[in-house]
Amino acid sequence: MSSLQESGPIRREEAAPAGANAILRAALSSIPAWLAAVVMMCVVAMAVFAPLIATANPTAIAPAERLLGPTSAHFLGTDALGRDTFSRIVYGSRLSLTVGAGVTVFSVALGLVVGVFAGYFRAFDMVIMRVMDGLMAIPGILLAIALIALTGASLATVLVAITVPEVPRVVRLVRGVILSVRSEDFVEAAITLGSPIRRILWRHLIPSTVAPLTVQATFVFASAVLTESTLSFLGAGLPSEIPSWGNMMADGRMYFQLKPGLIFFPGFALAMTLLSVNIIGDVLRDRLDPKMEKRA
Amino acid sequence: MTDAQKAMSDKTVLQIKGLCVALAGRGGKQLLRDVDIEVKAGEITCVVGESGSGKSLTAYSVMGLLDPESLRCTAGEILLEDENVLTVTPRRLRELRATRMSLIFQEPMTALNPVERIGAQIEEVLEIHCSDDARTRRRRVLEMLEAVHLPDPQRIFDSYPHQLSGGQRQRVVICMALILNPKLLIADEPTTALDVSTQKQILALIRELQQKFNTAVLFITHDFGVVVDVADKVVVMNQGEVVETGSRDEILRSPRNDYTRMLVSSVPSLVPQSREAVTGDVVLSIKGLSKIFVRRRILRPSTVVEAAVDCDLTLHRREILGIVGQSGSGKSTLARCVIGLETPSAGRIVLAGEELVNARGNAFRERFRRIQMVFQDPYRSLNPRVRVGESIIEGPTNFGVPRAFAMERAKSLMELVGLPVSALDRFPHQFSGGQRQRISIARALIMEPEVLVADEAVSALDVSVQARILKLLESIREKTDVGLLFITHDLRVAAEICDRVIVMNKGRIVEHGSAEAVLVHPRDAYTRALIDAAPGRHWDFRNFRPL
Repeated sequence: MSSLQESGPIRREEAAPAGANAILRAALSSIPAWLAAVVMMCVVAMAVFAPLIATANPTAIAPAERLLGPTSAHFLGTDALGRDTFSRIVYGSRLSLTVGAGVTVFSVALGLVVGVFAGYFRAFDMVIMRVMDGLMAIPGILLAIALIALTGASLATVLVAITVPEVPRVVRLVRGVILSVRSEDFVEAAITLGSPIRRILWRHLIPSTVAPLTVQATFVFASAVLTESTLSFLGAGLPSEIPSWGNMMADGRMYFQLKPGLIFFPGFALAMTLLSVNIIGDVLRDRLDPKMEKRA
Repeated sequence: MTDAQKAMSDKTVLQIKGLCVALAGRGGKQLLRDVDIEVKAGEITCVVGESGSGKSLTAYSVMGLLDPESLRCTAGEILLEDENVLTVTPRRLRELRATRMSLIFQEPMTALNPVERIGAQIEEVLEIHCSDDARTRRRRVLEMLEAVHLPDPQRIFDSYPHQLSGGQRQRVVICMALILNPKLLIADEPTTALDVSTQKQILALIRELQQKFNTAVLFITHDFGVVVDVADKVVVMNQGEVVETGSRDEILRSPRNDYTRMLVSSVPSLVPQSREAVTGDVVLSIKGLSKIFVRRRILRPSTVVEAAVDCDLTLHRREILGIVGQSGSGKSTLARCVIGLETPSAGRIVLAGEELVNARGNAFRERFRRIQMVFQDPYRSLNPRVRVGESIIEGPTNFGVPRAFAMERAKSLMELVGLPVSALDRFPHQFSGGQRQRISIARALIMEPEVLVADEAVSALDVSVQARILKLLESIREKTDVGLLFITHDLRVAAEICDRVIVMNKGRIVEHGSAEAVLVHPRDAYTRALIDAAPGRHWDFRNFRPL
């Protein structure tokens, strides 16, 4: 019976005052975005002002205070060597963000150059893309471990090791955009105006890659942070004197039943960071994608 | 005709009363205002209008296809045999579609599912709406495929859409639309994506089936030629309102409304005015030009497409030379070879006595100072991120002209193409299609070219805008002595503006001569067929009378 009443003119009147509803819906849907932005800002602040925020030296060993629960001096407790968990998490954010930002910058820059080459100069396309396919065929983490095993762990090698497997994804994206834009009439028009290749690339092709690249950059960032943690967890990352969320979890593994916080707290920091970055990426995609914009 | 039959044919099938549609949301823009349209059984009612007139929106409203997220009906009713489409349940609406009313889309490729066989797609309609068994369904589909004059229905039944030509696909769409014998058929620009000769056949088919099944047809079009050929009644729309309704002859012979009068008289005549032949210097000559596309494939024979074969032409200064032909005739390839976007496989292009080299680098770029191009789609030929002024001066600055100097020239060109100087600081999306095409013309002219290639430069524009752009091109030719190579599929446009015309078919030039000679006294069979297929060829729109 109710279905009969729902139909007809009534349904139409419901649709009429869409204004208030739409505003409310828009407001509700933007809450996660705001939360994500706040979390990200907290993490960045933590990394920048680490010495001010940390309550103890993150590397100071204090055997007498090992495996403490939350106390007033160590409010997230201490680990097996008596190091303050909270301070280690704070300092750990430095490594995560450095690796995330570094990998993002390098892989986007490299991917952009290679992608433009592949997309615009068709002669290079075949070779470049087969190399990229080859790189993509190897699991990123495996490639990173192999590279680090060859060269030894340092910040530079970790950056390189994580960047290399990320590049092909950026290259594919850029190449796709360039391929679709270069057949546009306005690019052909630029050719018939005698524009040199440099100008065609900078003015007519590369600007179209900015929006998708921005979105991709957030995903690269998240993926790099996660890969760094995984490497540290496996012991293939930076030495454990340098606090990182990954090696904290690795250290805490043995005491999990005794002190679950040793894994839980750095894990929580990692999860929140990744979630925030991914939400920000989603929001950016919705805003920057012209198709989504039209729908709004 | 018996009285009973007569009563049936007089019956009003569709009545749209005071329909208003607005964008959703508070204060949403009104897109349709108070639209009244009536369609009777056995009658074709044409809704004509330019882009943005609301003609397609009207059709979608009738089918109940408005997106409730973005559009809503604010007033009025749409009565399909006394049942208001706007208030029926969604379920009833689904029943009405296909059984009582159906729609033919513009683009026959996208209207069919590419991964399903034709037969299965048509059968689906029967499966949903009838209780026939599989064998009966198949028989009915095959009968209907035969009724739309598809050769070898059995083979078509088992084909995929990509295996059929555009015209065949549109026949399939019509077959699908009419298989349940609906009372109302809505055709939304059903022949716009097709070549003229195919268009003629499809129009004849719609006419035939409409008479056979006594269907009421709501035919949406922008083309007055089509109106002449199919309409019983005409509804003229402008900016969301019906401006005039009448029988075909009333509208075409004695339009009362000023807008209608302007619209009808904007349609160029198929008969060119006689013009004096343009003599003087030859600016461009092409000898034996061929372009063959070879696609090499591994393990399979490579495919060879002869896009242009052994083409010769000459173009004088101040002359407008038309190249006409259907899609795939090679006219665009020829133009792209001239401008340098394609490298010809053979032949010579001589520009003012100088052979153009197909070298790379600077020598190659030099030709762009002397040959320029206006593209078909003004929405795609301007970079949306670059200000109009910057787009226009891009050419001269490439060749070392100082920016400030180029900008001054751009300002004076704005006047020539009829746009305000302030346009230079704006972005392309702030302009209409016609204005953008003026910008494109200015961008080409700033190079002071000797030859201007216009590739379907007015095809994407409404007739009234088209008329103004054609006038502009004509005046530019007078003022600048440029030789114009004008590529078009539209014989009316060619008749309107060209001094001489070349007809191309399958990559070869089949006929050339003065516009009058080619379009009035064609010698070649293909040219004759082309002219014969032009819609509304027996009507002189400018003088509101039949020819």
